[in-house]
Amino acid sequence: MAASHDALAEQFDDLRQQHEAASLGMWVFLVTEILFFGGLFLGYTVYRTTYPEAFREASHHLDILLGAVNTAVLIGSSLTMALSVHSAQEGKRRALVGFLLVTMLLGAVFLGIKGTEYTHKYHEHLVPGLRFEYDAPHAGQVQLFLALYFVMTGLHAFHLTVGIGLLGVLAVLAWRGRFSPDYYAPIETSGLYWHFVDLVWIFLFPLLYLIGVH
Amino acid sequence: MSQAVVEPQREHYLNVSYGVTSWLFTTDHKRIALLYLATITLLFFVGGAAAVLMRLELITPPGDLVQSEIYNRLFTIHGVIMIFFFLIPSIPAVLGNFLVPMMIGARDLAFPRLNLASWYLFTVGSVFTLVVVVVGGVDTGWTFYTPYSSTYSNSYVVPTIAGIFVAGFSSILTGLNFIVTIHTMRAPGLTWFRLPLFIWSHYATSMIIILGTPVVAIALTLVALERAFGIGIFDPALGGDPILFQHLFWFYSHPAVYIMVLPAMGVVSELIAAFSRKRIFGYSFIAFSSIAIAVLGFFVWGHHMFVSGQSVYASMIFSFLSMLVAIPSAIKVFNWTATLYKGSISYQAPMLYALGFIGLFTIGGLTGLFVASLGVDVHVHDTYFVVAHFHYIMVGGTVMAYLGGIHYWWPKISGRMYPEGWAKFSALLIFVGFNLTFFPQFLLGYLGMPRRYHFYVDEFQVLNVMSSAGASILGVGYVVPLIYLIWAMRYAPPAGPNPWRAVGLEWQTPSPPPTHNFERTPVVTQPAYAYGTQEEDIKGGR
Amino acid sequence: MTQPIVPRYVYYRVFAALLALTLLTVAVAYVDLGPLNIVLALGIAICKALLVMLFFMHLRYSTHLTWIVAATGVVWLGHLIIFSMADYLSRGWIP
Repeated sequence: MAASHDALAEQFDDLRQQHEAASLGMWVFLVTEILFFGGLFLGYTVYRTTYPEAFREASHHLDILLGAVNTAVLIGSSLTMALSVHSAQEGKRRALVGFLLVTMLLGAVFLGIKGTEYTHKYHEHLVPGLRFEYDAPHAGQVQLFLALYFVMTGLHAFHLTVGIGLLGVLAVLAWRGRFSPDYYAPIETSGLYWHFVDLVWIFLFPLLYLIGVH
Repeated sequence: MSQAVVEPQREHYLNVSYGVTSWLFTTDHKRIALLYLATITLLFFVGGAAAVLMRLELITPPGDLVQSEIYNRLFTIHGVIMIFFFLIPSIPAVLGNFLVPMMIGARDLAFPRLNLASWYLFTVGSVFTLVVVVVGGVDTGWTFYTPYSSTYSNSYVVPTIAGIFVAGFSSILTGLNFIVTIHTMRAPGLTWFRLPLFIWSHYATSMIIILGTPVVAIALTLVALERAFGIGIFDPALGGDPILFQHLFWFYSHPAVYIMVLPAMGVVSELIAAFSRKRIFGYSFIAFSSIAIAVLGFFVWGHHMFVSGQSVYASMIFSFLSMLVAIPSAIKVFNWTATLYKGSISYQAPMLYALGFIGLFTIGGLTGLFVASLGVDVHVHDTYFVVAHFHYIMVGGTVMAYLGGIHYWWPKISGRMYPEGWAKFSALLIFVGFNLTFFPQFLLGYLGMPRRYHFYVDEFQVLNVMSSAGASILGVGYVVPLIYLIWAMRYAPPAGPNPWRAVGLEWQTPSPPPTHNFERTPVVTQPAYAYGTQEEDIKGGR
Repeated sequence: MTQPIVPRYVYYRVFAALLALTLLTVAVAYVDLGPLNIVLALGIAICKALLVMLFFMHLRYSTHLTWIVAATGVVWLGHLIIFSMADYLSRGWIP
């Protein structure tokens, strides 16, 4: 391929090397994200093992339907993200932009539903640090669960928001014809990031929402 | 003057453009290395100032120089700055940034703009920390144990955590850059087992950075959330476990000590080879040991928690594994020693630092076995024995290797040779000052003097005075190179491309190198350290 | 050009499987299986995660290096949890 493709950065020898580096770089970054969320999963594991009853009770305060819908929304957004990468690989500019926009929209729907859940929790006085009143013998441990809930889903929502912003930038660039079958690494690496955000939720949903439902 | 003939000035990375913006917006890994050099040197002396005050206080038994609350802030900021803002970035961000692309025959790192972002983040983090120093400090110890840090401390915990978090992100980006660069941008013919050991050690270091830093990031984030928003999981009143914080904290902070020492070992391998004019004995052993240290280093963190409330059974496992992690380090020391054997040794300043490293790191490492031993640690935990142990490794080890590397590559970085006499003098001052400062602390600790206290019983005074005296010598030893290295950048005689007649791709470029390092990408056909083909002695760059 | 182009029907099938597994995990949660509940919940989540990683994230079509990087992240998380839990689970043991 031409050594002087205008997307080729000068430290690289060719686009293949550049693409490989970008992809590997994103995977390495995702490993840091696994460990970042991982610390919270450790906290969850420790406290659920130590306080099973309190965690079961606290989990019942979460809305399974909203959580399940959100899971489907995010899975759908992963589909559209994969399809946008596919469109880029095939040089289909309009489809690429379209799928990026739909992915962003689905992400926004997720955030909307999350916001609704958070608002419900606030009205139920179940937000540690902000408004927490709970009359029960193990209120402290219920508070631990909810602290983990808000930090884990909040951190997840933050990452999702960043992802939406990232896709927005890419959608603009894509509309301007920046990408082609030769050069679409940013779409692919952003896709990896987006799928990672989906992966985190795939674990958050059963662990937070589905404790002792029966 | 050093030259009578005025040559047309060759373009290189320092003179290719001038002005503050050409530096602040550079993407050249070599300039970024120098930006880091400037910032971390500043941070080093701030952290050093805290140490000076501490050692002044400790000359007399009563706490008469500063109040306890101030002393708490001194040792905290000393630890925070020295660990997060000096030792962890030092060799990777200065020497690694400068040399990794050159040693593998590349024009730059894989992600130059990310590299610049790393430096910006580091600087922002440093600003947070410096502001904290000015407005009143933080008193939790660099270890931020809960619930003191999360609930009871009345100091600037959250801004300090913010600074550390940002610096940690900077560190992650550097590690990411190194891993991707080393995997994807090696010159043709440069197989893994032809790489300099400096590269192997930076690769291993980057593995640790990637796998460990995020965990301390979340640990500290949780403390900040608990302080700022009351949303916490470490509060015992709720059933939270303060030890959970310690697990999350030490999961990174133990491997962090290997982030600090592995690059130093990489430097030492380069120096020992160059100044013995001999290939490194047991190259693959050292390469694999670097990886082994990185991996095993993640299996021992509980040895910081023997007396915290961790289960005895977990403690026993961690104690045993901590013994094991000494093995790959020992393998390296044996191999360096074997490299020296029958080598053509010369004693320029970088070699003095390298030899100093081997001796002092050995002492530090052996005393690590003392503290790794569960029973002994119960006695010496939180005493000056531990303080001496880690300073032997961090200062006697890492800082000496850092200075050795700075001196060795200074001709490449600046195009000028540093003054050898002054360099040898400083190395000697540092060696003497260091041992006088820290050896007495082993004795103090074993005799029972606790750490993080600014008063002590009278019987400990003699050793404390020795330690403080040593610190004053050590301090001078650090200031002298600052002066002559800066002086040399402007006034010293120019150094050629390879004043040490060393082997390595970085020595096959002009000094200073051009922005893109190599006119043409080199093709590598030799193993690393292909010494033994030249007869000339190394002269001190003249 | 560096990655093979995965046919779209693969993506649609994976999507369908993911939705089905989501329904399954909710349904199973309503049945009392004692300790098996958490095992199943995690097991299903892991299946979903593998589908996303292998197909959406193209791991199935990626180099060995990429596999190793991804696997290392997961293994390290496991290590963090297992070694830390070793402390918690053994605190109550009497010698």
